[in-house]
Amino acid sequence: MSRQYIIRRLLIAIPSLLGISLVLFTILALAPGDPFEELATNPAVPPEVRAALRAKFGLDDPVWARYLHWITAMLQGDWGFSFVSRMDVDTLILQRLPVTLIVIGSSQIIAILVALPVGVLAATRPYSLFDQVANTFAFIGFSLPTFFTGLLFILVFSIQLDWLPFVYRADIDATGWQFYWEHIKQAIMPVMVLGLFQGASLVRYVRSSVLDVIKLDYVTTARSKGIGERKVITKHVVRNALIPVVTLVALQMPIVFGGAIVTEQIFRVPGIGSLLISAMLANDTPVVMAVTFVFACLVVLFNLIADILYGWLDPRIAFR
Amino acid sequence: MAGSTPVSLSADAAAPAAAQPRKSRPTTPAGEAWRRFRHHRLAVASAVILLALFAIVALGPFLWPVPINEIDFSAKLQGPSWAHPLGTDDLGQDLLARLIYGGRISLAVGLAAMIVAVVVGILVGAISGMASGRVDAVLMWVTDLFLSLPLLPLLLLLTYLFRDSVKSVLGPEGGAFVLIVVVIGGLRWMQVARLVRAQFLSLREKEFVEAARALGASKPRLVLHHILPNALGPVIVAGTIDVAAAIIAESTLSFLGLGFPSDIPTWGSVLRDAKDYLDIAPHWVLFPGAAIFLAVITINFIGDGLRDALDPRRVL
Repeated sequence: MSRQYIIRRLLIAIPSLLGISLVLFTILALAPGDPFEELATNPAVPPEVRAALRAKFGLDDPVWARYLHWITAMLQGDWGFSFVSRMDVDTLILQRLPVTLIVIGSSQIIAILVALPVGVLAATRPYSLFDQVANTFAFIGFSLPTFFTGLLFILVFSIQLDWLPFVYRADIDATGWQFYWEHIKQAIMPVMVLGLFQGASLVRYVRSSVLDVIKLDYVTTARSKGIGERKVITKHVVRNALIPVVTLVALQMPIVFGGAIVTEQIFRVPGIGSLLISAMLANDTPVVMAVTFVFACLVVLFNLIADILYGWLDPRIAFR
Repeated sequence: MAGSTPVSLSADAAAPAAAQPRKSRPTTPAGEAWRRFRHHRLAVASAVILLALFAIVALGPFLWPVPINEIDFSAKLQGPSWAHPLGTDDLGQDLLARLIYGGRISLAVGLAAMIVAVVVGILVGAISGMASGRVDAVLMWVTDLFLSLPLLPLLLLLTYLFRDSVKSVLGPEGGAFVLIVVVIGGLRWMQVARLVRAQFLSLREKEFVEAARALGASKPRLVLHHILPNALGPVIVAGTIDVAAAIIAESTLSFLGLGFPSDIPTWGSVLRDAKDYLDIAPHWVLFPGAAIFLAVITINFIGDGLRDALDPRRVL
């Protein structure tokens, strides 16, 4: 994989980021409601002051000028001020972002750890009992919405069995192993809810992708050379079967972020998803816009990573 | 031989050998699809359950004429009983009546959002597939852009920004319905558009289209009579799955408190109210959750059965 390929991918990501920012800004510009609405109804503020304020913040400028202004401010790191939290939006988001990334990242690892072996095993024994059971569980897994699984997990593991805490706490007063153990314990349920949902939909993709590869001639050749079945599957089949799966994982990222918002809300994880919801319920528009934009950036970033992985898994693609 | 494996494994693998082609009756494409669909036992069972669900939701208010907002504090947070088959909530309101009402909304939103998504998707895909060149490139760029938008944050953002103004025009319930349907449908058309475009690109070069063109068929006639009917198979499957996705999306919005107004019970908003009483009234969580799950899984299984039934590569 050449460096050129990576650079080309990076360059392709820029127009899509710009496009997303354009979509977001258009939505905001089309939306009814004026940030100075309160001032307009306030009799103590004379109309001249209001007009001066509007001019100062550029609200009377044409739309494209406002877009340019907004996008340059975003690029310079000036993301606005949250009047509800009384702090800059970028520091607020930077505080919350690591938690979300940890939860999403570990749930993706869980999803792959579940989906890969199950999918491969199911595909090597098509229509067997294992295959049928795995398929049924996969269907159940991605038909259960994350908010319901979250509540079910709380009901079973926190209320009935009393094993795990159901409120995520950032201020754990413990040291050493105890500290880490408490952190892992409270992360288990949100991560499992997201990971199992994602894993369930991946199982089917892995299975059908392995099934497509396993009958190709080169696999038969590998077998006829006397390579053990296990090695044929792991070295020859899985690597090629993974290529479409990587794309699907990337394409599913928008759904994963949706799931992250829901799980953060249920388990009160202090990430950017719960920040988005609380900002919406408190009418904190700068935070809402910034968090949505961060989610969009993350989606583009994961697509980029998938593209680069793709080039690594299949070197032919990097040369096209 | 890659690709000849049936996509779905829920289908009965042994059935093809038994079903020899019979010469007695001419088979129509629809009849053929139905014959294949029947082999997918889970899909058939799901269709029956889903139809029952639709019937309950449609006829429920006549069979169970309990008002959805009758407050009775003497019967609050009760489990299932003869008076209240699914129990009551914290205000003593009957859950069965509320879930029937919510089911109407959830299923209607699912179907309507699917129609919006499919119509937009077919339009974009057909234009893109027929036009090719620059129009195609631009439309596909837009499609890819929409595919990389974060779905739920954007759904939340749109409902958050436009809720009040739509409400003032169309009333609280109708406004929320139209807004949610348009927003969900408007963010889920991309899959259909890509499928339709891919089908159009291959179908428009086929001999039968060539023949129709040689006979002087106009472009709209080519599209509507010759290409589109042959491209519909994958679209029907994608549309079916879209209904399930739209139901989940609507329930998620309501669950997060940004969907329908809070006094209107939908499956998602009932769950939202119930989640703080998880320890003392688990039935209140379990019934709406089970309703969403049942609707979604049956629709997914039907989609799976349709995928087998409508797959032209598959020879049974």
